[in-house]
Amino acid sequence: MRTRLTMVVIVLALLVNPGLAKQFLKLATTTSTYETGLLDHILPPFEKKHNVRVYVISVGTGKAIKLAENGDVDVILVHAKRMEDKFVAEGFGVNRREVMYNDFLIIGPRADPAGICGLKDVQEAMKRIFNTKQRFISRGDDSGTHEIEKHLWVKAKLRPEGEWYLEVGQGMTAVLIIADEKNGYVLIDRATYLVNCNKVRLVKLVEGDKDLLNPYGIIAASPYKHSHVKYELAMTLIGWLTSPECQKLIAAYRKEGGQLFYPSADKPMR
Amino acid sequence: MEYVLDGIKEALRIIATFDREFLQIVSVSLRTAGASTLLATLTGVPFGVLVALKTFPGRRALIMVLNTLMSLPTVVIGLLVYSFLSGHGPLGRLGLLYSVTAMVVGQFILAFPIVAGLTVSAVQGLDGRIHPTLASLGADSHQSLRMFLNEARFGLCGAIVAGFGRVFSEIGVSMMLGGNIKGYTRNITTAMALETSKGEFAMGLALGIILLAVALAINVLFGLLQRKAK
Repeated sequence: MRTRLTMVVIVLALLVNPGLAKQFLKLATTTSTYETGLLDHILPPFEKKHNVRVYVISVGTGKAIKLAENGDVDVILVHAKRMEDKFVAEGFGVNRREVMYNDFLIIGPRADPAGICGLKDVQEAMKRIFNTKQRFISRGDDSGTHEIEKHLWVKAKLRPEGEWYLEVGQGMTAVLIIADEKNGYVLIDRATYLVNCNKVRLVKLVEGDKDLLNPYGIIAASPYKHSHVKYELAMTLIGWLTSPECQKLIAAYRKEGGQLFYPSADKPMR
Repeated sequence: MEYVLDGIKEALRIIATFDREFLQIVSVSLRTAGASTLLATLTGVPFGVLVALKTFPGRRALIMVLNTLMSLPTVVIGLLVYSFLSGHGPLGRLGLLYSVTAMVVGQFILAFPIVAGLTVSAVQGLDGRIHPTLASLGADSHQSLRMFLNEARFGLCGAIVAGFGRVFSEIGVSMMLGGNIKGYTRNITTAMALETSKGEFAMGLALGIILLAVALAINVLFGLLQRKAK
């Protein structure tokens, strides 16, 4: 009986964890850094050097911050400055460092029924979409992109609702695909757009407003709130992402459309 | 149509070349479903046999509860287990959320009522004369339990296969408790959802083919076992 029980335990252990248990770090990040392939480009050298696996959980910024507040992940790479500041101020996160930035675009149907093509003022673009009730696809998931979008609506003193405004609650790439199928307007980060631009028919319409800047920060979960989080390893990862070596890798990561992210560890924008 | 055909072509290429990422995803599915079904079998079968054979107050109600739980939605299990394993929850210190272990726990809860419930039906479906016959032959309780398991083996196999099929094809638990982490907790169903959301048809299709193939293989195996035993 005892030998059988031992067998069962061994089989279970092998099924659950076939490799030798390596040390690992849980990183929650936004869909835009993960789905663009950036992390697959900059994490492997770190994993090799420190003999560690980084488990990437790709969610919106809001969810990533929640996970770190609950001690479910060790470190987060996100993009919503106001939410990040609150997270640090409440003592859940420590050592925020800026890593890189890019910007948001408004893309939409080539026919551009709202007439926003070429506008330099994003508020004017939002107003025209609102006034013409053209279909607009929103992330609707408390992600960093959703935060910026809500902020833009508030700044333009508009309250989007109605049949034209669709909140789909999914990641950036998924929302882009949905927007393409529905032929609507969408606010999107440049990296996700460039990676997928030949998969969709939507075209770039508005860019260049300073309200559309998109800085990414990395923050370790506080070991004072949850003693089990891997603070030192998280700090090592933060050190890597902000190192000149990794910053060069970030700058070198290009897709057919051009450069996706601009390193900014030594010259933070805010 | 070309879009679909290209997808199929690419899917077959992924399968034929043993793409590493693809194999890793399939292995996660097989391992978690295997572990959870094993656990559900070891607990659910004895539990089901006991419930079927013993008489005790509340037995009917218990069977009804088991049958109801057989259709427990995966997202409800995901939510419950999540609340226990998350950092705020009672078991948060274990750091188990978003791990293969968490997936196995959730899938076990999914499979247990199915294995136990179908075991009850399998044993109840046996000839009613077995019990007195065994008793008159002087079998002790251990021996008669073995006889019951032997007599009900097709039903029991069916119960286990049904449990495996359910956890192998579920997505709610895997997504909520595993978190779809590449190279770690990403399994067939969560990968398919992700690939579709990214508008990548081929990988999703390749995984779908494997999902169906495994289901088919298990049923063929089950059929063969049944025929051989007859």
